[in-house]
Amino acid sequence: MSNRLINWFRFASPHTFYPLAGKMIPVFWTLAALFGAAGLWLSFFVAPTDATQGEGYRIIFVHVPTSWMSMFIYMVMAGWAAMGLSLNARLSSMMAQALAPTGALMAFLSLWTGAFWGKPMWGTWWVWDARLTSELILFFLYLGFMALQASIDDPRRADKAGAIVALVGVVNVPIIYFSVTWWNTLHQGASVAINKSPSMAMTMLWGMLLMALCLWMYSIAVALTRVRAIILERESHTEWVKHLREVTP
Amino acid sequence: MNWNSAADFFAMGGYALYVWGSFGVCALALVVEPLLIRQRHTQIVRTLRRQAAAEKMEMEHP
Repeated sequence: MSNRLINWFRFASPHTFYPLAGKMIPVFWTLAALFGAAGLWLSFFVAPTDATQGEGYRIIFVHVPTSWMSMFIYMVMAGWAAMGLSLNARLSSMMAQALAPTGALMAFLSLWTGAFWGKPMWGTWWVWDARLTSELILFFLYLGFMALQASIDDPRRADKAGAIVALVGVVNVPIIYFSVTWWNTLHQGASVAINKSPSMAMTMLWGMLLMALCLWMYSIAVALTRVRAIILERESHTEWVKHLREVTP
Repeated sequence: MNWNSAADFFAMGGYALYVWGSFGVCALALVVEPLLIRQRHTQIVRTLRRQAAAEKMEMEHP
C-alpha cells in the first residue's frame, strides 16, 4: 500500500512526468483519431436528416462537443490550479497552464459554430442572451487567466494569481449550464440530460457522444504535449533537463 | 444513406456555408493548435541546446 502511494506521487515531479507524458501522447492521439472517424461517420452518413432543420442541424455534432469541452476543461483546469495552490505542487500548476489555451479554443469554437448555427435558424449570428453571453464570459475568463499568468514574471507567483482567477471563475460554469432553464432564452434546452430520456434519435446522440470523446482525447493529447514544453521552459535550470537526450549537443 | 451524390453531400441541403463553415474552422483549429505546440517545443529545445553548447565551450576554454 505504502509502496503504491510512493509510486503514484513519483509522477507528481516534472522530472518523472516528462517522459511518461511523452509515452502517453500517441495513445491519446490514436484514441482521438478512432473516435473522430467513427463520430464523423455517424454525423454525416448515419444520422438522419432533421425534420425541422434539414441538414443544417448537423452543426450540433461539433457545437455541443466543443461547448461541453469548454466547460469541462475549465473545471479540470480550476481543479489543477486549486491543487497547485493548496499543495504547492508546481506540476499541477503547469497542467492548469497547459489546459487554458485548449479550453479557450473550445470556447471559441463553441461560439463560432453557435453563430454559424444561429444565422440560418434564428436569423442572427449573435444575440445577447444568457447562454451565449455566459459562454462568451467563459472565453474571456480563459483569456484573462492566460494574460494574468503571462504578465507575472515569477512563475510561482503567476501560478498563485492564476489559480485564484480560475477558482473565482468556476461560478460561471453552472451559470452557463443552467442558463437555459433560469432565463428565457432563444437557445434551446439541454440536448442531453441525466433525468430524462434523450429527445433525439439514438444515432444523433451517439454521433455527439463520439465527437465529444474525440475532442476529450484530443484535449488530453494536446495538453500533455504543451505541458512538456512548459516543463522544459520552467525547469531549464535543472540538472535533469540539461541531461535530457534531446538537449545534449 | 442520406446522400445521392457527392454534390448532394457538399450542398448539405442548402446549408453548405453554415455546416462547412463550422466543421471547417473546427478542423483547421485542431490542425493548427498541435503545430503551434510543436513549434513551441522545438523552440525551447533549441534554446536549451544552445545553452548547453555555450556551457561546454566555457568549460573547455575558460
